[in-house]
Amino acid sequence: MMYLKAFLVGGLLCLIGQILIDKTKLTPARILVSYVVAGVILTGVGAYQPLVDFAGAGATVPLTGFGYLLADGVKKAVASDGLFGVLRGGLTASSAGVAAAIFFGLLMALLFKPKDKS
Amino acid sequence: MAKRIGTQTVRFERDICITASAAVGSKKEAEGPMAGCFDLLCEDSNFGETTWEKAESRMQKDAVNRALEKAAKSPADIHYIFAGDLLNQCIGSTYGLRDLSIPFLGAYGACSTMAEALGLAANFLESGAAEACAAVTSSHFCSAERQFRFPLEYGGQRPPTSQWTATAAGACILEAGGQGPYVKEFTAGKMTDYGITDANNMGAAMAPAAAATLQAYFQDTGTTPGDFDTVVTGDLGAVGSELLYELLERQGIDLRKKHTDCGLLIYDRDKQDVHAGGSGCGCCASMLSGYFVKELQEGKLGNILFCATGALMSPTSIQQGESIPGIAHAVHLSGKREG
Amino acid sequence: MTNREYEKLNQKKSPNSPLLKNCICAFLIGGGICALGQGLGELYQYAGLEKLDASAAASISLIFLAALLTGLNVYDNIAKVAGAGTLVPITGFSNSITSPALEFKSEGLILGLGAKMFVIAGPVLVYGITASVLYGLILYLFRLA
Repeated sequence: MMYLKAFLVGGLLCLIGQILIDKTKLTPARILVSYVVAGVILTGVGAYQPLVDFAGAGATVPLTGFGYLLADGVKKAVASDGLFGVLRGGLTASSAGVAAAIFFGLLMALLFKPKDKS
Repeated sequence: MAKRIGTQTVRFERDICITASAAVGSKKEAEGPMAGCFDLLCEDSNFGETTWEKAESRMQKDAVNRALEKAAKSPADIHYIFAGDLLNQCIGSTYGLRDLSIPFLGAYGACSTMAEALGLAANFLESGAAEACAAVTSSHFCSAERQFRFPLEYGGQRPPTSQWTATAAGACILEAGGQGPYVKEFTAGKMTDYGITDANNMGAAMAPAAAATLQAYFQDTGTTPGDFDTVVTGDLGAVGSELLYELLERQGIDLRKKHTDCGLLIYDRDKQDVHAGGSGCGCCASMLSGYFVKELQEGKLGNILFCATGALMSPTSIQQGESIPGIAHAVHLSGKREG
Repeated sequence: MTNREYEKLNQKKSPNSPLLKNCICAFLIGGGICALGQGLGELYQYAGLEKLDASAAASISLIFLAALLTGLNVYDNIAKVAGAGTLVPITGFSNSITSPALEFKSEGLILGLGAKMFVIAGPVLVYGITASVLYGLILYLFRLA
């Protein structure tokens, strides 16, 4: 059941992205930024946590989930560390993903070569 | 002496001939309908080099060497070479032609550069400043993508109006006297900007320039599209070609039946994933050098008007929201000495 | 002809993206990636990880897969069909880091690979982190946390 929910919610978030690409002049980079910021805002107003509870990876895997991670991390850090938490929370919560993307990106770039498109 | 006719056109009085030409392409070009027109097709688009920029330089060098071979000339016989490409500071030409030691004049007109180079070479020959010149341009899909758009492995979708930068180069040897198609007239175009800002729709940015230059040429020379076997535009693609017809129709010129576009010629849009067609300096240069010059030599075509088009933008200007000025230059080529 | 008239003509002559087909592909592939993430998460939980760690491990696995497929010259071919379906999931973030790193390696390991790595993903971090800091400030100032 959880798989189906993850599939449907994740798919829907991607579908919205596709409409934004095709119907507006937004470049992919802008869409990524919008999704992350939207994730932070939605988490802030309390709308994203229920979606995460409902759809699991369907809500955490799309980039809005990255925003959720940042916002959720800040919230917890502010509660425990106060003002320091404002700066510490976001990156601490998302550190594994960011470090993974950087490290694997570097690794693959060293191992492989770009190829012409066909 | 060259005669200036009308507002923008120069008519040449010496016999300025394209005595030899050569075209180089890669895999996608080899899979296209014009594969037979290329002198050299390298399956591997890195042409044995380590970077895409070096590959592009290599193509330009190969094209020039092949054309020289066909003309039975050595680099020392060439008085000037006019060359250009799409890369920043035209490094495709710089490094490709560095070792040839031919007096080098770099030209930039985006994808219109081949017509610009031909026009400049013809003027140098006409004035007597040179007896033999070369004109060469190139483009490479990979070097253009990384400069103008995204990294090759980036997962993006190309809109249907986008065009595919040809991995190709074309070179022509021009001489005063000799055998080959004659360069009769040259019309340098004015920049035309109708406010297109979408870098994924270059055809639309260039079509008004093509319309303006063609109209100027027809007016200056008192000719119509009917006087030519075909009017060849550079790389307007499917969208730009349609827009060109519309724009010229409003001026009372019907081009539909007489028109060929190199961007539509070089690839099969139904079978190859190129969206609106081919583009890039190498697209029209290779089609001219590999196809049209031969057709003129063999008498299959009598007169063509070669109108290469370019979109004069840079990634910086696009990011700053500037619109894209278009440019187009026209060259009248004739298989016969008179007419 | 005015610019506006030309833009109208251009709109008429320019084919639109096949929206329905694109949306279906984005939905199916994007949904599929999320379902895969869910599956991995449950697998890691089954293997003994806590829920939050399992979720993080699933994301890391997807990031690794996307980076690997980018290196193998496969990701862009999937993305050609999937559109936002491969852009919006965390895999798109991974691809946007790996692809320029790979592409600009030719300009050196420091200013090429190292610096250009963030040309696309950089803004995501900049604005994502900024948004989280602002959110944290609000929480702190209004004593909401």
